[in-house]
Amino acid sequence: MSGVRVLVGTRKGAFVLRADGARKKWDVSGPFFGGWEVFHVKGSPVDPNRIYASQSTSWFGQLIQRSDDGGLTWEPVGNQFPYDGVPGTHQWYDGTPHPWEFARVWHLEPSLSDPDTVLAGVEDAALFRSTDGGASWSELSGLRGHDTGSAWQPGAGGMCLHTIIVSPKDPRRIFVAISSAGAFRSDDEGTTWRPINHGLHSEGLPDEDAEVGHCVHRIALHPSNPDVLYMQKHWDVMRSDNAGDSWSEVSGNLPSDFGFAIDVHAHEPETVYVVPITSDSEHFPPEGKLRVYRSRTGGHEWEPLTKGLPQEHCYVDVLRDAMAVDNLEDCGVYFGTTGGQVYASANSGDSWEPIVRDLPAVLSVEVQTLA
Amino acid sequence: MIRVVLPAHLKMLAKVSGEVELEVAGPPSPASVIDALEARFPALLGTIRDPATQQRRKFVRFYACERDLSLEPIDASLPDEVTRGEEPFFVIGAMAGG
Repeated sequence: MSGVRVLVGTRKGAFVLRADGARKKWDVSGPFFGGWEVFHVKGSPVDPNRIYASQSTSWFGQLIQRSDDGGLTWEPVGNQFPYDGVPGTHQWYDGTPHPWEFARVWHLEPSLSDPDTVLAGVEDAALFRSTDGGASWSELSGLRGHDTGSAWQPGAGGMCLHTIIVSPKDPRRIFVAISSAGAFRSDDEGTTWRPINHGLHSEGLPDEDAEVGHCVHRIALHPSNPDVLYMQKHWDVMRSDNAGDSWSEVSGNLPSDFGFAIDVHAHEPETVYVVPITSDSEHFPPEGKLRVYRSRTGGHEWEPLTKGLPQEHCYVDVLRDAMAVDNLEDCGVYFGTTGGQVYASANSGDSWEPIVRDLPAVLSVEVQTLA
Repeated sequence: MIRVVLPAHLKMLAKVSGEVELEVAGPPSPASVIDALEARFPALLGTIRDPATQQRRKFVRFYACERDLSLEPIDASLPDEVTRGEEPFFVIGAMAGG
C-alpha cells in the first residue's frame, strides 16, 4: 500500500513521521541526533531508503548523517567541506573583505538518478558535491568564483546557499539561491554559473538593476515544466517563464508578500502555495492567523486556506525549507512551524490537521511518497 | 594509556559510555590525544578541532588535573598524571543556554 514518510529537521534533532496513503494515522519516531540542529533531511528520489541529514551545533560543528534503511538507523559520513583553493574573501556587513568560512550545511539535494550523488548548499555560500554517498565532498567552485563572488554579502541570517534544484528534464541545469546574493543558474552541471536576477527589485539596493544582492528566500518548480520558476523573495512573490532569465511579480492579492516557504502542487503546475509572513521585522502571520495561500493560476490570484489552521493568537513562522508536497493522487501538502507544529493536508490544502504539535522549532520538512 | 572523558554529544557519536582509554604514541598532548581519538572513532573527526585550522573549536574546552588547558598550545605536553593514567583528560562542551 502506498504511503508517505515526512522528514522533519528541527532545532533539537530530526523526526520521521510515517503514514499510509490515507495520511490519517501517523507514527512518529525521533528525535534522531537529539540536541543538535538539523537544518535539512532529504531522501534519494531513486532509492527512498537512502536519506541524508545535515546535523550541526556551534559546539561540535557539522556532521552529515546517512540512513540506508529509510531513517531507522543512521551513520555519520564525511563532514569535511574544504573550499577549493585559496578561499579568498566576500564582503562583510561593514563592506570590508571577509574570508570565506564554512559554518554549516543548509540544504542537501540528492541526485535524481544516482543515490550516491548529492549536492550540499553551505554557509558561507558555496555548493559541494559528493559522488560516494556523502563520504567525501568537493566544491563546485565555479559558483563562488563567479565575477560577483567577492561582492556577495551576508544577510542577517548569514550568507547561506539554501536552495538547490536540478532540472528534471536536463541534469546539466542546476538552480541555486543564496541569501543575500540572489539566484544563479548553471547549464553545465555546476561548472560555470550566471546570476538570474533580472526583474527582481529589492528595497535597500540602490541600483534597481543590481545583478546580485537580492535576498531570495526560496525557489520552487514543477517537474513537468522546469522553465517556470516560482520564487519567494524577502519581499515579493515572483515568477519566471524562462528558467530565470527574467522575473515578474505575482504577489497579487496576498495580505503580505513577505515570507519564506513556497512550493508547487504535485500534479498542477500552475498551483502554488505560500505562507505570508507579516514583514521583515515581524516574522509571524498577519493578524495572528496562520494561512496558507494557494494560487491556481500561477500567481496573481490567491485564496486563503484556513480550515484546521489556528485563526487567532498564532505567532509562529514557517521557514524556507519547511514546506513540501507528496505525489499521491490527492496531493498532500505539509509544512512545519517554529512553534513545533507539523501540519498536513491530504486534499491539496483544502483542510489541515496537525501531525505533531510540540516538536522543537521546525527548520525543514521534506516528504517521500512510498510505493 | 590515556583516559579521556567526552561530553555527552560526542559519547553518543562515538557510541561509548564512560571514559575512553587510548594508547598515544610519544608524549601526549591535546593534539596527539585527539589524533588517537579520531583514529579510533572516525565519527569524531572535525568535532573537537576545526577541520580547516586544526585548532580547538571555540566552544570546546580541555581540562585536566583541575586546570583549564584550553588556552595552552594544542601540542603542549599534558600533565604527568594524565600521561600515567592517574587523571583523565576532559573534553568539555562550553556552557551555553538554549
